[in-house]
Amino acid sequence: MSFDVPEDLRYLESHEWVTTDDTARVGITDFAQDELGDVVFVELPAEGDELTAGEDFGVVESIKAVSDVYAPVSGTVTAVNEALFDQPELVNEDPFGDGWMLEVELADESELDELLDAAEYRDQIE
Amino acid sequence: MTLRQPPLAGVYTDATLTDFGGWEMPVEFESIRAEHTAVRETAGKFDVSHMGQVTVSGPDALELTQRLTTNDVAALGPGDAQYAGITDEDGILLDDTVVYRLPAESDDDYLFIPNAGHDGEMAERWVSHREEWGLTATVTNRTEEYAMVALQGPHAQALLAAETVLELDSLGRFEVANGVVAGVECLVARTGYTGEDGFEILCPAGDAETVWNAADCQPCGLGARDTLRLEMGYLLSGEEFHPRDEPRTPYEADIGWTVALDTDFVGRDSLAAQERDGVGETLVGVELLDRGVPRHGYEVTDLDGATLGHITSGTMSPTLGVPIALAYLPTEYAEPERSVEVVIRGEPKEARTRATPFIDR
Repeated sequence: MSFDVPEDLRYLESHEWVTTDDTARVGITDFAQDELGDVVFVELPAEGDELTAGEDFGVVESIKAVSDVYAPVSGTVTAVNEALFDQPELVNEDPFGDGWMLEVELADESELDELLDAAEYRDQIE
Repeated sequence: MTLRQPPLAGVYTDATLTDFGGWEMPVEFESIRAEHTAVRETAGKFDVSHMGQVTVSGPDALELTQRLTTNDVAALGPGDAQYAGITDEDGILLDDTVVYRLPAESDDDYLFIPNAGHDGEMAERWVSHREEWGLTATVTNRTEEYAMVALQGPHAQALLAAETVLELDSLGRFEVANGVVAGVECLVARTGYTGEDGFEILCPAGDAETVWNAADCQPCGLGARDTLRLEMGYLLSGEEFHPRDEPRTPYEADIGWTVALDTDFVGRDSLAAQERDGVGETLVGVELLDRGVPRHGYEVTDLDGATLGHITSGTMSPTLGVPIALAYLPTEYAEPERSVEVVIRGEPKEARTRATPFIDR
Protein backbone atom coordinates (compact mmCIF):
# COMPACT_ATOMS: atom_id res chain seq x y z
CA MET A 1 0.00 0.00 0.00
CA SER A 2 1.32 3.47 -0.76
CA PHE A 3 0.48 6.47 1.35
CA ASP A 4 0.10 10.11 0.50
CA VAL A 5 3.13 12.13 1.71
CA PRO A 6 2.80 15.75 0.50
CA GLU A 7 6.15 17.32 -0.46
CA ASP A 8 5.56 20.72 1.11
CA LEU A 9 5.04 19.51 4.70
CA ARG A 10 7.37 18.53 7.53
CA TYR A 11 6.89 15.38 9.61
CA LEU A 12 7.55 13.88 13.00
CA GLU A 13 8.60 10.27 13.39
CA SER A 14 5.44 9.84 15.45
CA HIS A 15 3.41 10.58 12.27
CA GLU A 16 2.29 14.19 12.72
CA TRP A 17 2.59 16.70 9.87
CA VAL A 18 3.06 20.47 10.00
CA THR A 19 2.99 23.23 7.40
CA THR A 20 5.96 25.61 7.19
CA ASP A 21 4.01 28.89 7.48
CA ASP A 22 4.41 31.31 10.41
CA THR A 23 1.10 30.02 11.65
CA ALA A 24 1.67 26.32 11.18
CA ARG A 25 -1.17 23.88 10.70
CA VAL A 26 -0.83 20.44 12.33
CA GLY A 27 -2.45 17.04 11.77
CA ILE A 28 -1.64 13.33 11.54
CA THR A 29 -0.48 11.61 8.38
CA ASP A 30 -2.26 9.36 5.93
CA PHE A 31 -0.13 6.47 7.21
CA ALA A 32 -1.14 7.22 10.82
CA GLN A 33 -4.86 7.38 10.10
CA ASP A 34 -4.63 4.08 8.22
CA GLU A 35 -2.78 2.41 11.10
CA LEU A 36 -5.33 3.67 13.61
CA GLY A 37 -8.39 2.65 11.64
CA ASP A 38 -11.80 4.25 12.15
CA VAL A 39 -11.19 7.40 14.21
CA VAL A 40 -14.06 7.90 16.68
CA PHE A 41 -12.79 10.56 19.08
CA VAL A 42 -10.30 13.42 19.09
CA GLU A 43 -9.20 15.36 22.18
CA LEU A 44 -7.42 18.64 21.44
CA PRO A 45 -6.11 21.62 23.44
CA ALA A 46 -7.94 24.93 23.53
CA GLU A 47 -7.09 28.11 21.67
CA GLY A 48 -4.41 30.00 23.56
CA ASP A 49 -2.78 26.88 24.99
CA GLU A 50 0.97 26.59 24.67
CA LEU A 51 2.57 23.63 22.91
CA THR A 52 6.09 22.33 23.39
CA ALA A 53 7.75 20.55 20.50
CA GLY A 54 7.91 16.81 21.09
CA GLU A 55 5.30 16.77 23.86
CA ASP A 56 1.85 15.33 23.48
CA PHE A 57 -0.96 17.81 22.87
CA GLY A 58 -3.97 15.54 22.49
CA VAL A 59 -5.37 12.12 21.86
CA VAL A 60 -6.80 10.37 18.83
CA GLU A 61 -8.93 7.31 19.47
CA SER A 62 -10.01 4.79 16.89
CA ILE A 63 -12.38 1.93 17.57
CA LYS A 64 -9.44 -0.27 18.46
CA ALA A 65 -6.74 2.03 19.86
CA VAL A 66 -5.83 5.16 21.81
CA SER A 67 -2.90 7.25 20.53
CA ASP A 68 -1.27 10.38 21.87
CA VAL A 69 -0.47 13.03 19.29
CA TYR A 70 2.74 15.05 19.58
CA ALA A 71 3.51 18.66 18.80
CA PRO A 72 5.96 19.04 15.91
CA VAL A 73 6.68 22.64 16.97
CA SER A 74 6.41 24.90 20.02
CA GLY A 75 4.01 27.81 20.05
CA THR A 76 0.56 29.12 20.86
CA VAL A 77 -2.59 27.43 19.59
CA THR A 78 -4.45 29.97 17.44
CA ALA A 79 -7.17 27.69 16.04
CA VAL A 80 -8.64 24.27 16.74
CA ASN A 81 -10.53 22.25 14.14
CA GLU A 82 -13.79 21.93 16.04
CA ALA A 83 -15.38 20.00 13.17
CA LEU A 84 -13.45 16.98 14.44
CA PHE A 85 -15.48 16.90 17.65
CA ASP A 86 -18.62 15.99 15.70
CA GLN A 87 -16.94 14.35 12.71
CA PRO A 88 -13.75 12.63 13.91
CA GLU A 89 -13.91 10.51 10.75
CA LEU A 90 -12.56 13.53 8.83
CA VAL A 91 -9.13 12.43 10.11
CA ASN A 92 -9.55 9.23 8.08
CA GLU A 93 -11.20 10.81 5.09
CA ASP A 94 -8.91 13.80 4.56
CA PRO A 95 -5.91 13.74 6.94
CA PHE A 96 -4.03 16.59 5.21
CA GLY A 97 -7.16 18.66 4.48
CA ASP A 98 -10.41 18.78 6.46
CA GLY A 99 -8.89 16.44 9.05
CA TRP A 100 -6.34 19.05 10.28
CA MET A 101 -6.20 19.49 14.04
CA LEU A 102 -4.56 22.75 15.15
CA GLU A 103 -3.01 25.97 13.99
CA VAL A 104 0.01 27.11 15.99
CA GLU A 105 1.84 30.44 16.00
CA LEU A 106 5.46 29.35 15.95
CA ALA A 107 7.65 30.20 18.91
CA ASP A 108 10.85 29.29 17.08
CA GLU A 109 10.92 28.83 13.31
CA SER A 110 14.20 26.95 13.46
CA GLU A 111 12.37 23.99 15.01
CA LEU A 112 11.01 23.24 11.53
CA ASP A 113 14.55 22.37 10.41
CA GLU A 114 14.68 19.58 12.97
CA LEU A 115 11.73 17.76 11.37
CA LEU A 116 11.70 15.14 8.63
CA ASP A 117 11.08 16.22 5.07
CA ALA A 118 8.76 14.24 2.82
CA ALA A 119 11.51 11.98 1.47
CA GLU A 120 12.81 11.16 4.94
CA TYR A 121 9.32 10.44 6.24
CA ARG A 122 8.54 8.28 3.21
CA ASP A 123 11.67 6.26 3.96
CA GLN A 124 10.46 5.73 7.52
CA ILE A 125 7.06 4.32 6.60
CA GLU A 126 8.09 2.22 3.62
CA MET B 1 7.41 -17.01 20.67
CA THR B 2 6.26 -18.06 17.23
CA LEU B 3 2.59 -17.35 16.70
CA ARG B 4 0.29 -20.15 15.60
CA GLN B 5 -0.89 -19.68 12.04
CA PRO B 6 -4.53 -20.30 11.13
CA PRO B 7 -5.18 -22.43 8.04
CA LEU B 8 -6.37 -19.32 6.22
CA ALA B 9 -3.15 -17.38 6.83
CA GLY B 10 -2.41 -17.47 3.10
CA VAL B 11 -5.47 -15.43 2.16
CA TYR B 12 -4.73 -12.47 4.45
CA THR B 13 -2.75 -10.36 2.05
CA ASP B 14 -4.50 -7.08 2.88
CA ALA B 15 -5.49 -7.60 6.50
CA THR B 16 -3.93 -6.07 9.60
CA LEU B 17 -2.78 -8.94 11.80
CA THR B 18 -2.52 -9.22 15.57
CA ASP B 19 -1.48 -11.71 18.25
CA PHE B 20 -4.68 -13.13 19.65
CA GLY B 21 -4.22 -15.86 22.25
CA GLY B 22 -0.97 -16.89 20.61
CA TRP B 23 -2.42 -16.95 17.09
CA GLU B 24 -1.64 -14.49 14.31
CA MET B 25 -5.15 -13.41 13.35
CA PRO B 26 -6.66 -10.70 11.16
CA VAL B 27 -7.93 -7.80 13.23
CA GLU B 28 -9.19 -5.72 10.35
CA PHE B 29 -9.52 -6.17 6.58
CA GLU B 30 -11.04 -2.92 5.37
CA SER B 31 -12.41 -1.01 8.33
CA ILE B 32 -13.91 -2.22 11.58
CA ARG B 33 -16.91 0.02 11.03
CA ALA B 34 -17.54 -1.30 7.50
CA GLU B 35 -17.12 -4.91 8.62
CA HIS B 36 -19.36 -4.42 11.64
CA THR B 37 -22.07 -2.82 9.52
CA ALA B 38 -21.90 -5.63 6.95
CA VAL B 39 -22.68 -8.17 9.66
CA ARG B 40 -25.56 -6.14 11.09
CA GLU B 41 -27.10 -5.37 7.69
CA THR B 42 -26.05 -8.10 5.22
CA ALA B 43 -23.38 -10.67 6.09
CA GLY B 44 -19.76 -11.05 7.04
CA LYS B 45 -17.34 -13.96 7.37
CA PHE B 46 -14.78 -14.45 10.12
CA ASP B 47 -11.90 -16.85 10.49
CA VAL B 48 -12.35 -18.20 14.01
CA SER B 49 -9.90 -21.07 13.61
CA HIS B 50 -8.03 -19.76 16.65
CA MET B 51 -10.87 -21.02 18.81
CA GLY B 52 -10.03 -24.43 20.24
CA GLN B 53 -11.71 -27.62 19.13
CA VAL B 54 -11.64 -30.53 21.56
CA THR B 55 -13.68 -33.70 21.01
CA VAL B 56 -14.76 -36.15 23.69
CA SER B 57 -16.03 -39.65 22.97
CA GLY B 58 -16.46 -43.01 24.64
CA PRO B 59 -18.76 -44.43 27.33
CA ASP B 60 -18.12 -41.66 29.88
CA ALA B 61 -17.90 -38.70 27.49
CA LEU B 62 -21.16 -37.28 28.85
CA GLU B 63 -20.20 -37.69 32.49
CA LEU B 64 -16.74 -36.19 32.00
CA THR B 65 -18.07 -33.12 30.20
CA GLN B 66 -20.97 -32.81 32.62
CA ARG B 67 -18.55 -32.67 35.53
CA LEU B 68 -16.30 -30.09 33.90
CA THR B 69 -18.86 -27.60 32.56
CA THR B 70 -21.52 -25.64 34.42
CA ASN B 71 -24.52 -26.31 32.17
CA ASP B 72 -26.52 -29.54 31.89
CA VAL B 73 -24.84 -31.58 29.17
CA ALA B 74 -27.38 -34.40 29.68
CA ALA B 75 -30.07 -32.08 28.31
CA LEU B 76 -28.42 -32.14 24.87
CA GLY B 77 -29.84 -34.42 22.21
CA PRO B 78 -27.76 -35.35 19.16
CA GLY B 79 -27.18 -32.16 17.17
CA ASP B 80 -27.80 -29.78 20.10
CA ALA B 81 -25.40 -27.22 21.54
CA GLN B 82 -25.24 -25.12 24.70
CA TYR B 83 -23.21 -22.27 26.14
CA ALA B 84 -21.44 -23.08 29.42
CA GLY B 85 -18.80 -21.97 31.86
CA ILE B 86 -15.76 -23.98 32.90
CA THR B 87 -15.02 -23.23 36.55
CA ASP B 88 -12.54 -24.19 39.25
CA GLU B 89 -13.48 -25.47 42.73
CA ASP B 90 -14.22 -21.92 43.85
CA GLY B 91 -16.60 -21.37 40.94
CA ILE B 92 -14.15 -18.99 39.22
CA LEU B 93 -14.48 -18.96 35.43
CA LEU B 94 -11.46 -20.53 33.74
CA ASP B 95 -13.08 -20.36 30.32
CA ASP B 96 -16.42 -20.16 28.59
CA THR B 97 -17.35 -22.55 25.83
CA VAL B 98 -19.99 -23.97 23.57
CA VAL B 99 -20.57 -27.70 24.05
CA TYR B 100 -21.91 -29.51 20.98
CA ARG B 101 -23.44 -32.95 21.16
CA LEU B 102 -22.48 -34.12 17.73
CA PRO B 103 -25.01 -35.53 15.27
CA ALA B 104 -25.65 -39.27 15.62
CA GLU B 105 -23.57 -40.24 12.58
CA SER B 106 -20.41 -38.47 13.87
CA ASP B 107 -17.30 -40.34 15.02
CA ASP B 108 -17.13 -38.40 18.27
CA ASP B 109 -19.81 -37.74 20.87
CA TYR B 110 -19.10 -34.20 22.03
CA LEU B 111 -17.14 -31.21 20.82
CA PHE B 112 -16.38 -28.20 22.92
CA ILE B 113 -14.78 -24.93 21.90
CA PRO B 114 -12.27 -23.42 24.35
CA ASN B 115 -11.08 -19.89 23.75
CA ALA B 116 -7.99 -19.05 21.70
CA GLY B 117 -4.88 -20.38 23.36
CA HIS B 118 -6.83 -22.40 25.94
CA ASP B 119 -7.16 -25.57 23.87
CA GLY B 120 -4.10 -27.32 25.31
CA GLU B 121 -4.93 -26.42 28.88
CA MET B 122 -8.58 -27.48 28.54
CA ALA B 123 -7.76 -30.75 26.78
CA GLU B 124 -5.33 -31.48 29.61
CA ARG B 125 -8.00 -30.60 32.16
CA TRP B 126 -10.34 -33.15 30.61
CA VAL B 127 -7.61 -35.80 30.52
CA SER B 128 -6.39 -35.24 34.08
CA HIS B 129 -9.92 -35.33 35.49
CA ARG B 130 -10.71 -38.41 33.47
CA GLU B 131 -7.74 -40.09 35.15
CA GLU B 132 -8.64 -38.77 38.59
CA TRP B 133 -12.22 -39.97 38.31
CA GLY B 134 -11.39 -43.26 36.55
CA LEU B 135 -13.65 -42.51 33.58
CA THR B 136 -13.42 -44.00 30.12
CA ALA B 137 -13.36 -41.33 27.43
CA THR B 138 -11.16 -40.29 24.55
CA VAL B 139 -10.21 -36.62 24.57
CA THR B 140 -8.67 -35.23 21.38
CA ASN B 141 -7.41 -31.71 20.81
CA ARG B 142 -8.37 -31.13 17.17
CA THR B 143 -7.59 -27.42 17.08
CA GLU B 144 -4.90 -27.85 14.44
CA GLU B 145 -7.03 -30.27 12.39
CA TYR B 146 -10.08 -28.05 12.05
CA ALA B 147 -10.67 -24.65 10.60
CA MET B 148 -13.71 -22.69 11.68
CA VAL B 149 -15.42 -20.06 9.58
CA ALA B 150 -18.23 -17.98 11.07
CA LEU B 151 -20.77 -16.66 8.58
CA GLN B 152 -22.91 -14.09 10.35
CA GLY B 153 -25.66 -11.65 9.46
CA PRO B 154 -29.21 -11.49 8.10
CA HIS B 155 -28.06 -12.76 4.69
CA ALA B 156 -26.01 -15.64 6.13
CA GLN B 157 -28.61 -18.32 5.52
CA ALA B 158 -29.18 -17.35 1.89
CA LEU B 159 -25.42 -17.28 1.25
CA LEU B 160 -24.86 -20.66 2.85
CA ALA B 161 -27.92 -22.20 1.17
CA ALA B 162 -26.28 -21.55 -2.20
CA GLU B 163 -23.35 -23.76 -1.17
CA THR B 164 -25.03 -26.66 0.63
CA VAL B 165 -27.98 -29.01 0.31
CA LEU B 166 -28.42 -28.97 4.09
CA GLU B 167 -31.97 -28.00 5.09
CA LEU B 168 -31.00 -24.80 6.87
CA ASP B 169 -34.60 -23.92 7.74
CA SER B 170 -34.72 -26.96 9.97
CA LEU B 171 -31.40 -26.16 11.68
CA GLY B 172 -32.43 -24.18 14.76
CA ARG B 173 -30.38 -21.80 16.87
CA PHE B 174 -27.76 -23.80 18.82
CA GLU B 175 -28.18 -26.85 16.61
CA VAL B 176 -25.47 -28.57 14.59
CA ALA B 177 -25.54 -30.95 11.60
CA ASN B 178 -23.12 -32.71 9.30
CA GLY B 179 -23.30 -31.27 5.82
CA VAL B 180 -21.32 -30.65 2.66
CA VAL B 181 -20.43 -27.01 2.05
CA ALA B 182 -18.82 -26.13 -1.29
CA GLY B 183 -18.00 -29.81 -1.75
CA VAL B 184 -16.31 -30.11 1.65
CA GLU B 185 -17.60 -32.37 4.47
CA CYS B 186 -18.30 -29.96 7.30
CA LEU B 187 -20.01 -29.60 10.60
CA VAL B 188 -22.49 -26.73 10.34
CA ALA B 189 -23.71 -25.11 13.56
CA ARG B 190 -26.25 -22.33 13.90
CA THR B 191 -24.11 -20.49 16.45
CA GLY B 192 -22.01 -17.35 16.57
CA TYR B 193 -20.98 -14.48 18.77
CA THR B 194 -22.35 -11.43 17.00
CA GLY B 195 -26.04 -11.37 17.96
CA GLU B 196 -27.01 -12.02 14.35
CA ASP B 197 -28.38 -15.14 12.77
CA GLY B 198 -25.52 -17.14 11.36
CA PHE B 199 -23.45 -20.27 11.18
CA GLU B 200 -20.13 -21.57 12.38
CA ILE B 201 -18.70 -24.01 9.87
CA LEU B 202 -16.04 -26.48 10.96
CA CYS B 203 -14.05 -28.09 8.19
CA PRO B 204 -10.73 -29.89 7.77
CA ALA B 205 -7.92 -27.33 7.94
CA GLY B 206 -6.78 -28.22 4.44
CA ASP B 207 -10.17 -27.26 2.97
CA ALA B 208 -10.46 -23.95 4.81
CA GLU B 209 -9.81 -21.79 1.75
CA THR B 210 -12.52 -23.57 -0.25
CA VAL B 211 -15.13 -22.89 2.43
CA TRP B 212 -13.89 -19.34 3.02
CA ASN B 213 -14.00 -18.46 -0.68
CA ALA B 214 -17.44 -20.01 -1.14
CA ALA B 215 -18.94 -17.59 1.38
CA ASP B 216 -19.10 -14.56 -0.87
CA CYS B 217 -19.37 -11.64 1.56
CA GLN B 218 -17.36 -9.10 3.56
CA PRO B 219 -14.30 -10.63 5.26
CA CYS B 220 -14.24 -9.44 8.88
CA GLY B 221 -11.50 -9.37 11.48
CA LEU B 222 -11.46 -9.75 15.22
CA GLY B 223 -11.91 -5.99 15.63
CA ALA B 224 -15.45 -6.18 14.28
CA ARG B 225 -16.08 -9.37 16.21
CA ASP B 226 -15.21 -7.46 19.38
CA THR B 227 -17.53 -4.51 18.68
CA LEU B 228 -20.34 -6.88 17.64
CA ARG B 229 -20.03 -9.02 20.78
CA LEU B 230 -19.80 -5.96 23.00
CA GLU B 231 -23.03 -4.49 21.60
CA MET B 232 -24.62 -7.77 22.71
CA GLY B 233 -23.01 -7.66 26.16
CA TYR B 234 -21.27 -11.00 25.53
CA LEU B 235 -18.19 -11.88 27.54
CA LEU B 236 -14.68 -11.93 26.17
CA SER B 237 -12.22 -14.28 27.87
CA GLY B 238 -9.35 -12.27 29.29
CA GLU B 239 -11.43 -9.09 29.51
CA GLU B 240 -14.62 -9.90 31.44
CA PHE B 241 -13.03 -12.87 33.19
CA HIS B 242 -9.53 -14.18 33.74
CA PRO B 243 -8.57 -16.62 36.50
CA ARG B 244 -5.73 -14.36 37.72
CA ASP B 245 -6.45 -10.79 36.53
CA GLU B 246 -10.26 -10.80 36.74
CA PRO B 247 -11.38 -13.82 38.78
CA ARG B 248 -15.16 -13.91 38.40
CA THR B 249 -17.92 -16.44 38.84
CA PRO B 250 -20.72 -17.00 36.30
CA TYR B 251 -23.11 -15.14 38.61
CA GLU B 252 -20.86 -12.10 38.76
CA ALA B 253 -20.31 -12.27 35.00
CA ASP B 254 -24.08 -12.28 34.49
CA ILE B 255 -24.18 -15.74 32.92
CA GLY B 256 -25.85 -17.39 35.91
CA TRP B 257 -28.29 -18.96 33.44
CA THR B 258 -25.49 -21.30 32.31
CA VAL B 259 -25.18 -22.79 35.81
CA ALA B 260 -27.20 -25.98 36.30
CA LEU B 261 -26.94 -26.46 40.08
CA ASP B 262 -28.88 -29.73 39.85
CA THR B 263 -25.89 -31.30 38.07
CA ASP B 264 -22.59 -32.28 39.64
CA PHE B 265 -19.63 -30.27 38.36
CA VAL B 266 -16.37 -28.77 39.62
CA GLY B 267 -17.28 -25.55 41.41
CA ARG B 268 -20.92 -26.50 41.98
CA ASP B 269 -20.87 -26.21 45.78
CA SER B 270 -19.22 -22.80 45.72
CA LEU B 271 -21.69 -21.59 43.12
CA ALA B 272 -24.66 -23.02 45.02
CA ALA B 273 -23.54 -20.99 48.04
CA GLN B 274 -23.14 -17.89 45.92
CA GLU B 275 -26.53 -18.38 44.33
CA ARG B 276 -28.03 -18.61 47.81
CA ASP B 277 -26.12 -15.66 49.32
CA GLY B 278 -26.03 -13.43 46.26
CA VAL B 279 -23.10 -11.57 44.73
CA GLY B 280 -21.72 -8.17 45.67
CA GLU B 281 -20.75 -7.11 42.17
CA THR B 282 -22.07 -7.92 38.75
CA LEU B 283 -21.33 -7.12 35.14
CA VAL B 284 -23.30 -4.07 34.05
CA GLY B 285 -23.72 -2.18 30.78
CA VAL B 286 -22.50 1.43 30.81
CA GLU B 287 -23.09 4.19 28.28
CA LEU B 288 -20.84 7.24 28.30
CA LEU B 289 -22.85 10.45 27.95
CA ASP B 290 -19.83 12.76 27.59
CA ARG B 291 -17.52 12.54 24.63
CA GLY B 292 -14.80 9.90 24.84
CA VAL B 293 -14.26 6.18 24.65
CA PRO B 294 -14.38 3.96 27.75
CA ARG B 295 -11.60 1.36 27.71
CA HIS B 296 -10.49 -1.71 29.65
CA GLY B 297 -9.29 -0.79 33.14
CA TYR B 298 -10.85 2.68 33.41
CA GLU B 299 -12.27 3.43 36.83
CA VAL B 300 -16.03 3.84 37.38
CA THR B 301 -17.08 6.09 40.27
CA ASP B 302 -20.27 7.43 41.80
CA LEU B 303 -21.10 11.12 41.45
CA ASP B 304 -19.01 11.90 44.54
CA GLY B 305 -15.95 10.32 42.99
CA ALA B 306 -15.95 7.17 45.14
CA THR B 307 -14.71 4.11 43.27
CA LEU B 308 -17.43 1.64 42.30
CA GLY B 309 -15.56 -0.61 39.92
CA HIS B 310 -13.84 -0.70 36.56
CA ILE B 311 -14.50 -1.07 32.86
CA THR B 312 -13.71 -4.51 31.44
CA SER B 313 -14.23 -3.58 27.80
CA GLY B 314 -15.55 -0.60 25.92
CA THR B 315 -15.84 0.85 22.46
CA MET B 316 -17.63 3.35 20.30
CA SER B 317 -20.67 1.35 19.22
CA PRO B 318 -20.75 1.40 15.42
CA THR B 319 -24.48 0.60 15.41
CA LEU B 320 -25.58 3.14 18.02
CA GLY B 321 -22.90 5.79 17.52
CA VAL B 322 -22.42 6.10 21.28
CA PRO B 323 -19.61 4.91 23.57
CA ILE B 324 -20.57 1.69 25.40
CA ALA B 325 -18.83 -0.52 27.92
CA LEU B 326 -19.13 -3.36 30.39
CA ALA B 327 -18.08 -2.85 34.01
CA TYR B 328 -18.15 -4.77 37.27
CA LEU B 329 -20.22 -2.65 39.67
CA PRO B 330 -22.02 -3.21 42.99
CA THR B 331 -25.23 -5.13 42.26
CA GLU B 332 -27.48 -2.16 43.00
CA TYR B 333 -26.02 -0.57 39.87
CA ALA B 334 -27.34 -3.41 37.73
CA GLU B 335 -30.50 -1.36 37.52
CA PRO B 336 -30.51 0.72 34.30
CA GLU B 337 -30.30 4.52 34.24
CA ARG B 338 -28.13 4.87 37.32
CA SER B 339 -25.81 7.88 37.02
CA VAL B 340 -22.12 7.04 37.30
CA GLU B 341 -18.84 8.51 36.07
CA VAL B 342 -16.04 6.95 34.05
CA VAL B 343 -12.58 8.37 34.73
CA ILE B 344 -10.81 8.93 31.42
CA ARG B 345 -7.23 10.22 31.63
CA GLY B 346 -7.95 11.62 35.07
CA GLU B 347 -11.19 13.36 34.09
CA PRO B 348 -14.55 12.11 35.36
CA LYS B 349 -17.01 11.75 32.47
CA GLU B 350 -20.77 11.51 32.79
CA ALA B 351 -22.21 8.03 32.19
CA ARG B 352 -25.20 5.88 33.03
CA THR B 353 -25.85 2.20 33.50
CA ARG B 354 -27.74 0.35 30.79
CA ALA B 355 -29.36 -3.01 30.32
CA THR B 356 -27.61 -5.34 27.90
CA PRO B 357 -27.75 -6.16 25.08
CA PHE B 358 -27.18 -2.56 24.07
CA ILE B 359 -28.92 -3.14 20.75
CA ASP B 360 -32.34 -4.58 20.12
CA ARG B 361 -31.68 -8.23 19.19
